[in-house]
Amino acid sequence: MSGRPHLALGPAPYFWGEPALVDFYDTAAKSVFDMVYLGEVVCAKRRSFPLEGWLAVGRELAAAGKTVIFSTLALLEAGSELGFLKRLIANDEFMIEANDMAAVQLVRGHPFVAGPTLNIYNPRTLEVLYAQGMVRWLPPVELGAGTFAALHETRPAGVQTELPVWGRMPLAWSARCYTARHLDLAKDQCGFRCSDYPDGLRVRTQEDQDFLVLNGTQVSSAVRCNLLEHLPQMLTLGVEVLRLAADHKAVFEVAALVRDVIDQQRSASEAYRQAAELTTDDCSDGYWIGQPGISRAAAGENAQP
Amino acid sequence: MELVCPAGSLQGLKTAIAHGADAVYLGFRDPTNARHFSGLNFSTEAARDAVEFAHARNRRVFIALNTFPQAHNWNTWRDAVDRAAELDIDALIVADTGVMDYACEHWPQLRLHLSVQASATSAEAIRFFHERFDIHRAVLPRVLSIAQVQRVCADSPIETEVFGFGSLCVMVEGRCLLSSYVTGKSPNNFGACSPGEFVRWTETQGGLEARLNGILIDRYNADEHSGYPTVCKGRYCVNGPAGYTLEQPVSLNSLPILPTLVDAGVSAIKIEGRQRSPAYVRRVTGVWRAAIDSCLSDPRAFKPEPAWIAELSALSEGSQTTLGAFSRYWQ
Repeated sequence: MSGRPHLALGPAPYFWGEPALVDFYDTAAKSVFDMVYLGEVVCAKRRSFPLEGWLAVGRELAAAGKTVIFSTLALLEAGSELGFLKRLIANDEFMIEANDMAAVQLVRGHPFVAGPTLNIYNPRTLEVLYAQGMVRWLPPVELGAGTFAALHETRPAGVQTELPVWGRMPLAWSARCYTARHLDLAKDQCGFRCSDYPDGLRVRTQEDQDFLVLNGTQVSSAVRCNLLEHLPQMLTLGVEVLRLAADHKAVFEVAALVRDVIDQQRSASEAYRQAAELTTDDCSDGYWIGQPGISRAAAGENAQP
Repeated sequence: MELVCPAGSLQGLKTAIAHGADAVYLGFRDPTNARHFSGLNFSTEAARDAVEFAHARNRRVFIALNTFPQAHNWNTWRDAVDRAAELDIDALIVADTGVMDYACEHWPQLRLHLSVQASATSAEAIRFFHERFDIHRAVLPRVLSIAQVQRVCADSPIETEVFGFGSLCVMVEGRCLLSSYVTGKSPNNFGACSPGEFVRWTETQGGLEARLNGILIDRYNADEHSGYPTVCKGRYCVNGPAGYTLEQPVSLNSLPILPTLVDAGVSAIKIEGRQRSPAYVRRVTGVWRAAIDSCLSDPRAFKPEPAWIAELSALSEGSQTTLGAFSRYWQ
């Protein structure tokens, strides 16, 4: 193991609104997280804060000792969205997580984090982004441990690797809002009804299997990626940053469990079990083990000392 | 305005050319392209024959190399770039940043097109690829409205290609993992969405069930037309009875806005469907050839003929067509 990994809180995917977000980030300021990603990554219409308000949240977290990074939208369409992105990038306080090549183009010359939708599947792509200023990267959600390890081991010198280990998995992005579609509303008259679903809208198959979650223009898994059992493997690999999704209030408790495993105060399998009990979602590690993302290895299969 | 048609086989390519394609696109017989289906696509030899046939008739050939290699199979994509470059093709359609970098460095004379799988929805994203890899054309994702297409065309440093007709991806292409969530295989990592090997049809008392790797995607009554079980077009329950949660089976048809696309400066129309039969390609190509010729001769008077619309509807998923995100009836 090459040093203790940092813990990062990912961007909040749901439309929780200003009071809930202020409360959430107050908690984050006092949490074990080392890094916090802020900003809206799903729908540009949601303005939980104006840009200056987001930056103010960032400053408070920075004052609490957190490294703050601003995440950008995964789908950029309207001119106004690009305008906001340009203003965000022009801030000289916080780094950007680029989730679209337009953001990479606009941020060039400055250090940035390459987000999971940039499709980094091979070392050559990593090299190209490194040449643009990338200082940290995240793998695509569907990447298995084998390819991940190969990329991590061949990453350019000085580049850090960040790996999501907890949270629902973003699976698809659309121009159409599926929350509005479900409610039979036009997108322009959505009334911000996604704020009524702070945990998303659950999609079940016709035989009542939890399947997907609708979150505006984003579709995510209904199962929760829980890789806590695999933490020893990540520590051996020397992954620099472990990310937990900000999609659930229990994330702070889960972060404490991850920290315990890192500090050898708790076994990975115990942390896995305790984290699983903090959510009603089924847990999965499918992508990590080279299986369908919805699946989970049979009990005991992951057992590691 | 160039008409770019799909070719899943040499026969399909000849059919497309005979019925008016200006260019055809095809893929090798491996996971390097996004229609990696059994029995489809071209060996190197067949691709050479295809290029010879097309060039003899003054038509262009593009090779799609639009999936994402990983460390363990990088050489397969690298070799595919080399094979394509040695075939005297007219363009390579690429999606992966690493593949573009390789192609640009080793084959500087090879013309590159940005695949829709590269998810470039803005002029800034296009500029990124153009400035670094000398990309000559960008295929635009099917999530943009017509106004957004106009803006991208106005601001783009290179020419653009948009989808005219065929299966509709409602999610941003290149960033959709619904297929690998269920099967482990996706367009990005395998070159196919909802691969056939995972599809199971079962007659039950409740109707005909369509499953993808065991997950129930849809269930059909005897009087319902069944569709291929892609995740985005299944029927699920969200706090109520089952319905099409994401999209219904429908095909994209941008024929009604053809003059607007011409005005916007779109350089090419792409027909989806390398997995389709030569008969399908013949009928779709024929309609679009007639429509483009009519539109270019007198854009102001252009009106889709009822026979064209009927023909395309008959070839559509669920016998329905939509302008999709171009019109944004749901906006």
